[in-house]
Formats: sequence, structure tokens, C-alpha cells
Amino acid sequence: MNKDSPVGLQSNTNLLSYYREMQRIRTFEDRVGELYLRGESAGSMLHLSIGEESAAVGFCNAMTDGDTFTTHHRGHGIFLARGADPNRMMAEIGGKEDGYCRGKGGSMQIADMGLGHLGANAIVGGGIPAVVGAALVAKRRGNGKISVAFFGDGAMQQGILYESMNMAALWDLPVVFVCINNQWGMGTRIDQATKATKLHERAAAFGLNAETVNGLDVMDVIAAADRIVEGARAGTPGFLAVDCFRFYGHGRKDKSPYRTEEEETVGRQKDPVKFAREALIAQGHDEAELDALDKEITEEMDATIDFTIASPEPALDTMFQDVYAPGQPVPEPVRSRIERVLARE
Amino acid sequence: MKLAYRDALRQALIDAMREDPDIFAIGEEVGRYGGAYGVTKGLIEEFGAERLVDTPISEPAIVGAAVGAAMAGMRPVAELMYVDFVGMTMDQLCNQAAKIRYMFGGQIGVPMVLRTQGGIGRSAGAQHSQSLEAYVMHTPGLRLAMPGTVYDAYHLLRQALKQPDPVVFIEHKGLYAMSEEVDLSVPPPEWGKAVVRREGRDIVMVTYSRQIHYAMQAAEELAAEGIEATVIDLRTLNPLDFDTIRAAVEPIGKAMVISEAAMTAGVAAELAARITEECFDFLEDPVVRVAGEDIPISVSVELEKGSVPGPALVAQTARELVA
Repeated sequence: MNKDSPVGLQSNTNLLSYYREMQRIRTFEDRVGELYLRGESAGSMLHLSIGEESAAVGFCNAMTDGDTFTTHHRGHGIFLARGADPNRMMAEIGGKEDGYCRGKGGSMQIADMGLGHLGANAIVGGGIPAVVGAALVAKRRGNGKISVAFFGDGAMQQGILYESMNMAALWDLPVVFVCINNQWGMGTRIDQATKATKLHERAAAFGLNAETVNGLDVMDVIAAADRIVEGARAGTPGFLAVDCFRFYGHGRKDKSPYRTEEEETVGRQKDPVKFAREALIAQGHDEAELDALDKEITEEMDATIDFTIASPEPALDTMFQDVYAPGQPVPEPVRSRIERVLARE
Repeated sequence: MKLAYRDALRQALIDAMREDPDIFAIGEEVGRYGGAYGVTKGLIEEFGAERLVDTPISEPAIVGAAVGAAMAGMRPVAELMYVDFVGMTMDQLCNQAAKIRYMFGGQIGVPMVLRTQGGIGRSAGAQHSQSLEAYVMHTPGLRLAMPGTVYDAYHLLRQALKQPDPVVFIEHKGLYAMSEEVDLSVPPPEWGKAVVRREGRDIVMVTYSRQIHYAMQAAEELAAEGIEATVIDLRTLNPLDFDTIRAAVEPIGKAMVISEAAMTAGVAAELAARITEECFDFLEDPVVRVAGEDIPISVSVELEKGSVPGPALVAQTARELVA
């Protein structure tokens, strides 16, 4: 596929590390899909980000320690790109004790405060306004940190996004809204959901620095993210739409009957991992070297499955933990309540 | 000293904000305007626009931003001008704020207060007069406080601003102008504890918010007839102090629950069910709900008044139960 990169891959020495990160995401998604099909995953829903790796790796490259973010339901790649431990991620998706949220969150409600992950979200657009609040705090404290909301094109049709962008602009907040436009909201293509498909224009109308970037080349995403993040750190919130393609169905088992094979074939040509690999070969890396790297990644991600299967189920009594803060009044379990109420003389 | 409910709320905010620099208010008209009911009036002069954040009319994002700010380490007091608008914010309140601690395995809480007000009394119509506390009480993860007295307006808000979890704080629009003689220096009951406002041997009235005053009024009237009622002010609906209810109901065996909210599937229904379950062997009569009608609230002053219980209905119900 042709591209017109303003940065130029050939000159960039970091491409190998970006390729590695993208390949890790793709391999993780592949393995988590396998876990799901084997019935070892706790959630009944699993949304993969294959085809969207450049958005995660490219944007997260501009983020630093202490920056915070929220993601949507298709956020595994973003979390990995921010440094998540794939074992703990996989275990969380499997609903196991060693997961990031001790098995209570799963794929769509995963979070890690240590990495600034304020939470994935199973409500389309649900995680967006939290970054406004987090950025309000960052601005108040003058700590130079940004807060980033990642979401899909589906959320572009949710009102909460516009309330949030308006506030971010009004208050000059260090916020970035990143729309990973994979063209599909479940079975509805973007042009079936809106007439206004130039998504960044909407953000520009609110006074944000707004761009759309082609997600084929991770270096383009990196360059755009750098521009947008620089503005955000200086107090002008930003918006970046990353154009990509959702390679597979909405969920792992969705065979996408609502789109044609041709559409899929053309869409999958926008493959940021393949593109980066070809660029690396053009830079002089050889196939054997990249194969070795891929193999290392495969081993790392294979191990996450073993880790997850070996991880214990959470103990049943943890069910009543963390509804409220430790030490606070807790609800009485229904079973013990029934027993108590019926134990009459 | 004599203090109005509104002024007690304002004083609570002032004292809390002086004590904790991380507390800030965020909502529509909280700053320059001073709050639709004047609770935050003048605060912007002491604390500045950074701590009285005036927002656009965007209720979902107000609550959502408060969630994010709480997660980022501050303690926001989000204001929803009318509890009727809570439907706009249901996702941020019930799917986000309420569940974050749990979903994320206890990693973090959301120590925010959502201040709002409900109830009838200003001929404000169907969309500005409701009592929607059941929405909140039905959602695990949210605490719920509903002060009915000036003293509680102050102290429950101070306590709410120390909670580690999200608190929905529902004031009553009919109480803002009410003044009472109070000594705020008296230490408050522990958070989550009910208070017995009046002790009597014949019947227990369980209630909260403005209906406290109607219950007390009815109880005084009944006393003149020789009927003595116990009146329990729940103060918080989550935590719910059932021990106080049980202790009062068991020796008497007659109870009624009084609430301004629509009756069906409401707070009164939950309380009546609990009393029936837990005190069954002690009850002499059904636990009666004296609650709002299952209808929308009208603008007409007469229809509005007729839509919720008043002292006369409370007294009459008690008479029949005791008879």
C-alpha cells in the first residue's frame, strides 16, 4: 500500500522497537483470542485490536510516567503500549486472582493506577469525561502531566464526548482525545453512523488542536502524537483520529457477515505491523533477525496463557470486598441474611 | 444559635474547604451565581474560581469530571442543580463512580460528593420536584445522605466530605429557608447512624429528609390524643442503620415508613420489606408505607401538595394502626 510519510521510516532507528511493541500487541491479541475460544477466558465478550497497533504504540510513545488515560472496550493494545504486564493482563481477562483487578474487571474494566490507567470501559464513551477531571487536577498541581481518553469511532456519536471536549477547551486543560477510527462500530460502518466523517473537524470546532492521521505507518502516528501532546502539555487540548481498520469481527466470535470479503481484503491491506516489517527490511534488517524477534514475542505471549491457567480463581469471599473502602459498613450477604431472618423461634 | 438549612450547608462547605485544600465545587452556577438555591453564595470570593468551578450545562460531564478528579487525588463536590437531572448522569454515577473501586479490584476509590436537591414545595413541576433517592439506594457502591435538620445539613455534609467512597447528598428544596436553633459544636452521631427524634410507646415512624418534620408534627398532634409515637430519622439511607429501627419496632410491634418518593419500588418499600422480614414475630399489623403517589408531580400547588404525604395523612394512618 502506498503511503506518503512526512517523517520517513528509513531514517528512523527506533522503528525496530516500535515494530516489536506492535508485534507484541498483535501476538497478545492472538493469544487472548485463543484463550477465549478454549473457554479459559471469563468474559463472554472479547474485543481485539488487531489492525490498530500503530494507534496504541504511536500515541503512547508521546506519553510519559505520571500521564493518565482511560480506554474503551478495545483497549488491550493501549495498555500494553503503556507498559502493562501481559501476564497480569491475560490473567485479568481470564477472571483470575493474579489479574490486575483480581478477576473483577476483565477485558473491558481493566485498570492499573501504577501505570496511570484510570480504566477501560464497557460503556461507549463512558471513560471520556474522567480525563477532564484528571487533567483539571494535573493543571491545578502544575505537574506537566496530560490525561488521554482513547476511544473508537463509535464514541464519536456519543454526547458525552462533546461535553468533555467543550470543557477541556474552555478550561485549557492538558487533555488529548484519541479516536481510534477502525471504521466499524460493531456492525455499523462509520458512514452508516454519521454524515460528518471528517472526525477531527468536530474537535476543531470546539477549539482543540485536531488532526487525522493514517495509521498505516506508526511513524506518522508518532509524529502527529508528538505535535498534539506538545500542545496539550502547554494547555491546548488536542484531538487525534487515527485511521485504521478492524481486521476481525466486533467480538472474537463475530464473523462480520455485515461486510464483504472484498471490503475485508482491502481493509487489511492497511496493516501497520506488516508495513513496519517491510520498512525494516528496506532499512537493511534481515528476515532471520525479525523472525527471531517474533519468536521471542511468541514465547512471551504463549507464557501468558500458562500463567493464566495456573492462576487461582479468586476466593468466593472476595466477592464482598471493595464495594466500599476497607473498614466501611458492608452489605450483608443475601444467603446469611435469609438464614438469619428464617431462624425464628 | 439560629441557623438556616441553606446557611448550615454553606458553612459546612466553607469549613471543609478551609480544612482540606483538595476540596473543590464543580457544577452549574456554583461560583459567580452562588448556586441556584444560594448554598455556595459568596464562596467564590474566599476560594476563587479554581475551587468553585462554574461549568457549562453538561451534567454527565460534570459528574464524569468529578469522577476523574477524585481518582486523580482531589475531593470534588459536584453539584446537580436538581435531582431530577440525575437521569442525565446515570452512566457516570452508577456505571462509573459507583463501581470503580470494585471493578478495579480495590485499587482506587472515588471520594466525591454529589450534592443535589429534590422534593416538592416550590410548584416546580414534574421535572424539578421528584424524590429519586431509590435510584441511588438501588446502586451498590454509592452512599446516600438525606439531611432533614439544620444540624444534619452541616454535620452530614462535613462527614460526607470525609468518606472514602462516593456520596450522593440529597438536600430538600423545601428546607433551605428553614431555621432551627442549633449548636454545631455538639459532636455529631457516627456517620451512618439513625437518630431517634422522639420516643413513644404506641407506634414507630421511620422516615428521613423533610418528612421528619411532618412526622414530628403528626406525633405532637397524636400526643394530644394520648398516642405516643417514636420517630426515627434515618439521616443516611446508605449506610442504613437497621439496628435502630429494629430496636424501636420490636417492643412496639407497629411501624410505618414515611417517604415523599413515589411508593412503588421505593425506599419505603425496601424499608417496609426489611421491617417485615426482620421483625415479623413482633409485628401486630402490616408495616404501612405512607409515601408519594405513583404519579408525576403537578405544577398546581394543590395537586403538588396532594401528591406526597403531609402531617394529616401521617397522623391518620397512625391513628388507624394504633386503634
